[in-house]
Amino acid sequence: MKTLKIEELSKNFGSTEVLKKINLEIDEGNFLVLLGPSGCGKSTLLNIIAGLETINEGDVFIDDYNVSKVEPKDRNIAMVFQSYALYPSMNVKENMIFGLKQAKTSKEKIQEQLEKVSKFLQVDQLLERKPSQLSGGQRQRVAIGRALVREPRIFLFDEPLSNLDAKLRVEMRREIKKLHQQLKTTVVYVTHDQTEAMSLGTNIAIMNHGVIQQNDTPEKIYNKPSNTFVADFIGSPSMNLIKGILKENSGDLLFTVSGSNLEIPIKDYDFKDKSNLNNKEVFFGIRPEHIFFKKFNESDFEINLRADLSEYIGHEQIMTFDYANQELLAKFPSTIKIDLGKETKLYFDLTQASLFDAQTEERI
Amino acid sequence: MQDSLKSSSYQQLEQKSKYTNIFLRWFLYFILILFASYFIFPLYVMVVTSLKTMEEIRQGTLLSWPSGLNLESWAVAWGGRGYGAGDTFLRPYFWNSIKMVVPAVFFSTFIGAMTGYVLTKWRFKGDQWVFLFLLFGCFIPFQAILLPMARTLGVLGISNSVVGLVLVHTVYGIPFTTLFFRNYYISVPTELVKAARIDGAGFFKIFFKILLPISAPIIVVTVIWQFTQIWNDFLFGSTFSFGEAAPIQVALNNMVLSSTSVKEYNVDMASAIIAGIPTLIVYVLAGKYFIRGLTSGAVKG
Repeated sequence: MKTLKIEELSKNFGSTEVLKKINLEIDEGNFLVLLGPSGCGKSTLLNIIAGLETINEGDVFIDDYNVSKVEPKDRNIAMVFQSYALYPSMNVKENMIFGLKQAKTSKEKIQEQLEKVSKFLQVDQLLERKPSQLSGGQRQRVAIGRALVREPRIFLFDEPLSNLDAKLRVEMRREIKKLHQQLKTTVVYVTHDQTEAMSLGTNIAIMNHGVIQQNDTPEKIYNKPSNTFVADFIGSPSMNLIKGILKENSGDLLFTVSGSNLEIPIKDYDFKDKSNLNNKEVFFGIRPEHIFFKKFNESDFEINLRADLSEYIGHEQIMTFDYANQELLAKFPSTIKIDLGKETKLYFDLTQASLFDAQTEERI
Repeated sequence: MQDSLKSSSYQQLEQKSKYTNIFLRWFLYFILILFASYFIFPLYVMVVTSLKTMEEIRQGTLLSWPSGLNLESWAVAWGGRGYGAGDTFLRPYFWNSIKMVVPAVFFSTFIGAMTGYVLTKWRFKGDQWVFLFLLFGCFIPFQAILLPMARTLGVLGISNSVVGLVLVHTVYGIPFTTLFFRNYYISVPTELVKAARIDGAGFFKIFFKILLPISAPIIVVTVIWQFTQIWNDFLFGSTFSFGEAAPIQVALNNMVLSSTSVKEYNVDMASAIIAGIPTLIVYVLAGKYFIRGLTSGAVKG
């Protein structure tokens, strides 16, 4: 049984297709993050799961029960919004129990839930306050509390941390992570922040233009991006994508950079399909953090490149190198001294490299 | 040498700008006082005249102070002289106006709030057109609808009655009240409505429990607007009512314009002030709620 299952879901607003044949499954207790740039359809998808948006095609199942036409309140879900959406005229207590009251829960049960949740979230001192008298972090807690008291099957979070300042955001992120570890409730979480997605999710679904590009664990998303969009979207700075051609030379595979004779040997790469690799146009992908100034592994590939630009950001520096007229970014500790305009010896960790078909932009 | 020259010229400039500022400030107060007197002058004349006897009015000037606190003309304006035919006074018509204004303001405000709520939080296909046509109502010259409205009231059997006037004012208030509430609710985050829907609240519950409690500022604005419009209306009142069902503005007109004998300026002025007092009271009582922003806690802040 899947806690949440989405089948062939399509949604359009007028003539604009927002979601195109989405398929998605979540197991009990998982934390799924919907990640993507703005306008990719992630919030619409969340609203559809909540029942706040109608569906054009496809179905949504919660615990194998088709809820496509079920009212939001009967879906056994709770949602936390970006603007918190606390009812401004009610105090914290009234805000938190509003849903239970609507569901005609008994007074004792309401009181019990309220006490439990408000203690758990440390808002029990704030029960009589109005939302306008709370700080951003407190509002966030109350909003989560309002969702918690209902003991839902699925928690929906719609960019809950975007309104907080940077420091508080990191704190609340850890609290949400703790919360999930303790409660083990299924979560669907929408964000455009990759750090949030990576640190919170047990699964990440990366969306673009209404299509799920990759749905995987954070490790897989980072190490084995399934196409160039994912490779580019995750990581900061994003993965270097160098255009070139694969050549087979007496059994060995070589990557040749466009417009030069620089060659990188491709060994032990886990190809999806080993046929037709010769003369294939590809992108060679390597993350800036997998380029080193020192040889660490025997398999590291050594190359001399000219440094063009250095961006110092405190604990590290981002260097831009010229790789046969293509830019190559590398991340080093800021203690390393590299002279600009000079050739420097670099080492690529080839076990971390990715290859993408230049036409389809898919991983090969 | 150059430095001292520089600092002395700066001192001169400072002096100059000080004088300019003083002059501008005095000029500003002069203009403000001028305009304030311009607006307060008619009110002064009205109050002073209403407190004078006819003798004083004939002999004194417009601006002269009354000899004493002579409230007789106020009593006449409110309650009449006590003799039978032809004695018009404001009391019954004042109550007519109250009976007309209170329900008309209530219904038009309530319906406007409802419509504004639907147009912003329960969007439907073509809602923009509905809003556009409602807006037309704000721009229609009311003279154009007098005849069809008279016919409608006739068919409904409520012509020449306070109920009829309540209906007319409610109907023609809705475009304005809707505009007010729509523009207010559009700034209320729709996430509030979404949250309430997930919490299990329905259409009316969301309106009454979530939106209405934070609508105080716009309710005040709408009530002041509607009260002023309806209380001061003369066109509908004079067209759709006569005799005993007339509202106060029509009665005031009848009193002032149709007196056959000598013109009693003091009574006329007292009547005009009485007819204007309720709107003043509404402004004084509700004015302070004008600027209160109660949604500040709903959004980030």
